Amino acid sequence: MANAEVVLLDFWPSPFGMRVRIALAEKGIKYEYKEEDLQNKSALLLQMNPVHKKIPVLIHNGKPVAESLIAVQYIDEAWKDKAPLLPSDPYLRAQAKFWADFVDKKIYALGRKIWATKGEEQEAAKKEFIESLKLMEGKLGEKPYFGGESFGYVDVVLVPFYSWFYAYEVFGNFSIEAECPKLIQWAKRCSEKESVLKSLPDHKKVHGFVLELKKRLGIE
Amino acid sequence: MAKTELKLLGARASPYVMRPRIALNIKSADYEFLQETPGSKSQLLLESNPVHKKIPVLIHNGKPICESLIIVEYIDEVWSSGPSILPSDPYDRAIARFWGAYVDEKWFPNLRILSTAEGEARDQVMGTLVEGLVLLEDAFVKISKGKAFFGGDQIGYLDIAFGCYLGWLRASEKMNVVKLLDEANTPGLVKWADTFSAHPAVKDVMPEIDKLVEFGKSLAAKFRAAKTGSS
Repeated sequence: MANAEVVLLDFWPSPFGMRVRIALAEKGIKYEYKEEDLQNKSALLLQMNPVHKKIPVLIHNGKPVAESLIAVQYIDEAWKDKAPLLPSDPYLRAQAKFWADFVDKKIYALGRKIWATKGEEQEAAKKEFIESLKLMEGKLGEKPYFGGESFGYVDVVLVPFYSWFYAYEVFGNFSIEAECPKLIQWAKRCSEKESVLKSLPDHKKVHGFVLELKKRLGIE
Repeated sequence: MAKTELKLLGARASPYVMRPRIALNIKSADYEFLQETPGSKSQLLLESNPVHKKIPVLIHNGKPICESLIIVEYIDEVWSSGPSILPSDPYDRAIARFWGAYVDEKWFPNLRILSTAEGEARDQVMGTLVEGLVLLEDAFVKISKGKAFFGGDQIGYLDIAFGCYLGWLRASEKMNVVKLLDEANTPGLVKWADTFSAHPAVKDVMPEIDKLVEFGKSLAAKFRAAKTGSS
């Protein structure tokens, strides 16, 4: 019973959740998607991730895997016969993990500052955000994907943020495409893949979500 | 010449640097240790890790690998004939990585600020640290299944990830005159800490506690001076 074997506790705008959705889709894994209300977390979520109480949580045969990068690596290892996400060469694997870690350290936190702050703090965040994307653009080079000829781990890790770019641009009053045209080309290329298409929400919906979130948090 | 093919840029006091050193010891791999001067960064470091400019960096056949836990996984994969560091089962690997991320992102940042926190804030930090250790004790009992290490009979990924903080944990206990690991709350970890520290792959790379205490005191003094200087 494939469906009951794999469950994903998630929240539709979460880029971390999107990573796991994409990985599962790449591997052709059937699973049950459970939408969490983060203002009212389910007993299942609290039971499956008592340490952090966060989504996404992948549950495989009743056993939980939390933290999106860990879940994506788990999916790659547990379903290793199809669509490998990480390369087989140890040096290239280390490079892929390094850049995934870089995305986690920079992109999310800086993106958040772009929509949640104003003035100098926002300007500084925008600057560093663009610098970080440019660094990644340089790393991509002329390759179609970060994984080379095929879509891989770093692509999975970064592409979810593409659904947030519109929101960042509106709140930050800048154009990401003007600064990083090659990266946008890459993102559009990824979006043609069914696994990405199915997993990323509409960027206007994300913008609407951020508007509501700002209201709720009392941020102007 | 095996030695020149493998270099590690680091510093003795850094828990992160200990991690690849333990991994290389487990694999009996020879390497050249290049000690960075505190307060300055060598040209080699800046060239090998231009993104973060941090240690440790492993340079293997001229190619740099950065981020301590990524380096540990790399070592495990390249020296595949030596004892395994990561478990073989994907779920066990996920659990080991989960707790590795936990100590780095949630637990250690509190240890760092313990010596400079004061009053109520300090009590809070202590409380959070001890709560975290109780979680880790629980994880240890579940994962070790009665054996000496998180990795079972041998030192594994999580022993390395968490064990590298023992030097600073013990130094913090001394500096602040507190007990973080104790028989009442964390009996398993108390025993594990001693066994781990005495392990041949660990004992020569574990920094001396008294040196860390000295270093820690000077860091705390600098922090306080900077605080009062700017207010």
